Amino acid sequence: MSDNRRAILSLAGALVLLHLVLALFGLWRDWAWPAIGVSFILLVLVCERLGRMVPARWRATYERALALGFPLLVLILWQLGARFGLINPLWFPPPSEIARALWEVSVNYDRFSGTSLLGRPWLIPSAWAEGGLPAVGALLSESHLLATVGRVLAGFLLGAIPGILVGVVMGVNQTVRLMLDTSLSAIYVLPKIAIFPIVMLMFANPFGEGPKIVVVALAVFILMAINAMAGVRQIDPVYLMAGRNYGAGPWQLLRHVILPGALPVIFAGLRIALGTAMIVIISVEFLRAKQGVGYMTYYYWEVLVPEKMYAGLVVVMAMGVAFTALLYWLQRRLMPWRR
Amino acid sequence: MDDTVATPWKIRAQSVGKVYDTAAGPFTAVEDFDLTVGDGEFVAIVGPSGCGKSTVLRMVAGLEDVSSGRIEIARGSDPGKPTNSVVFQEYAIFPWKTVIENVAFGLQMRGISRAERLDVARHWLDRVGLAKFAEYYPHQISGGMKQRVSIVRALANDPEVLLMDEPLGALDAQTRVVLQEELLRIWEETRKTVLYITHSLEEAVLLGDRVVLMSAQPGRILDIYQIDLPRPRSFETTNLPAFADYRARIWDKLSAEVTRAMEMQP
Ligand SMILES: Nc1ncnc2c1ncn2[C@@H]1O[C@H](COP(=O)(O)OP(=O)(O)O)[C@@H](O)[C@H]1O
Ligand SMILES: [Mg+2]
Repeated sequence: MSDNRRAILSLAGALVLLHLVLALFGLWRDWAWPAIGVSFILLVLVCERLGRMVPARWRATYERALALGFPLLVLILWQLGARFGLINPLWFPPPSEIARALWEVSVNYDRFSGTSLLGRPWLIPSAWAEGGLPAVGALLSESHLLATVGRVLAGFLLGAIPGILVGVVMGVNQTVRLMLDTSLSAIYVLPKIAIFPIVMLMFANPFGEGPKIVVVALAVFILMAINAMAGVRQIDPVYLMAGRNYGAGPWQLLRHVILPGALPVIFAGLRIALGTAMIVIISVEFLRAKQGVGYMTYYYWEVLVPEKMYAGLVVVMAMGVAFTALLYWLQRRLMPWRR
Repeated sequence: MDDTVATPWKIRAQSVGKVYDTAAGPFTAVEDFDLTVGDGEFVAIVGPSGCGKSTVLRMVAGLEDVSSGRIEIARGSDPGKPTNSVVFQEYAIFPWKTVIENVAFGLQMRGISRAERLDVARHWLDRVGLAKFAEYYPHQISGGMKQRVSIVRALANDPEVLLMDEPLGALDAQTRVVLQEELLRIWEETRKTVLYITHSLEEAVLLGDRVVLMSAQPGRILDIYQIDLPRPRSFETTNLPAFADYRARIWDKLSAEVTRAMEMQP
């Protein structure tokens, strides 16, 4: 107990002392990065000892504090580092700048391209009063965020549903599996963005929404077919025997045994497919789009406004988090037996 | 060897054989299997592991085709009754269904209304003391409870014959004894025709009206023993001198078979 306390005090003291001594000799600026590395190690050691002193009932709180506190500390240091010229603000604009840029891109309307990040939702009441639903639609259609969300959702559904169907058929039927597995595995390793030009060729309007949604759908399709197949194949055969023995016909077997049995793997696949869908849509928007969060991010790189580029990345992350939360919610609804 | 039954027969297997087509060539798992199980009879099959007991059971259940011979299950007066229900060693209750949904599964597959099948399931859960776990999922209950659920799933289905494949094999010794007594009690009440596979000789003698001893590779019937212990039986039955006699008599042959089976293993 007191041993722990003494160790924490001496480690924390060493941490402070290190920086004071470096500052005193005017070496701090040159030695900042090694000092930060050593500080991190000392901090880990301090927190380890701190963790040992935490009683069991505060354990969860302590773990949450550590999990959220450290990123917060990094943000603060990042802010200070950028302010005092330790890190190049062109690469790493300080968090306060990014937050301000995020606010700006959220409230601003770009007259030149006719776009805004959110579609200016605060104008909805007046638009509704003037032009009703079409006016509101026109307002929202200027949104980068909604454009990307729409493409991801459409592509995801368009890929996931047929993908799961094909995967389940492959899992159940060996002949279909043998015929398709090789091709699917081959297409799986192909970066989907490489197919984008071909997909564009297939559409009357290569620059419209069609090709963008289809590449996302294709990527999700392949992944979900492979996952659903694996999900069906890992079902313990004894469940299939039990299903048949208790009188289930083919469709009942599918509904009561095969689908629920494969669901855990299917959901794991959906989470991976979501990440892939985000990669694909952002790359597509980098490449060829006049709207979307990816387009916006790339645009601010081209005009060299890094803090707004970062604002775009923050939006991408927020989207990913929101979609993942949605999937978890769906998973809890569809798989109540998993807690 | 005694394969005559007084009552009308319920299961009849005539010179049944099973040859698996394996990568290493044909493999004879079961050969010349002849057995008649009477209506309301409890027949236990013992034999060294890998001798083909599960194969026999799966063939009787219709989950696997016979390679030769034939197996019949006599139907009763009610054509709606399922011919057989299996209790699997690995429980095989569905993790994604609640306890009560599992028990009602067979009835659901036969299109019986939700209210009615849940009524039947609740009745059976009550009989094995699981009523308050009706809404639990299998991962929330113990192994002994899971196997109880698996057993009442079969009973709620009310089949012509009950097929059990080492149902207590995965349980600890104490739980096993408790469930053996429970099985005896339920069987006493229902008098179902049961084909019961076990690797425990004690269990076979305690539960069975007859004990079928199988040989290893290929699985054949070595001998059939009539067990004339008084019913109703319970754990006390294992203390009877007659019980020890039966056990000793069958063990002689079984141990020789187990040794032979082990020596045959590569
Ligand atoms: N599907 C199968 N294909 C090939 N061999 C099998 C198959 N199922 C079982 N066997 C073999 O048949 C023999 C009997 O198996 P099984 O009926 O499971 O024995 P038991 O239940 O008595 O332990 C074993 O040697 C096993 O390896
Ligand atoms: Mg077996």
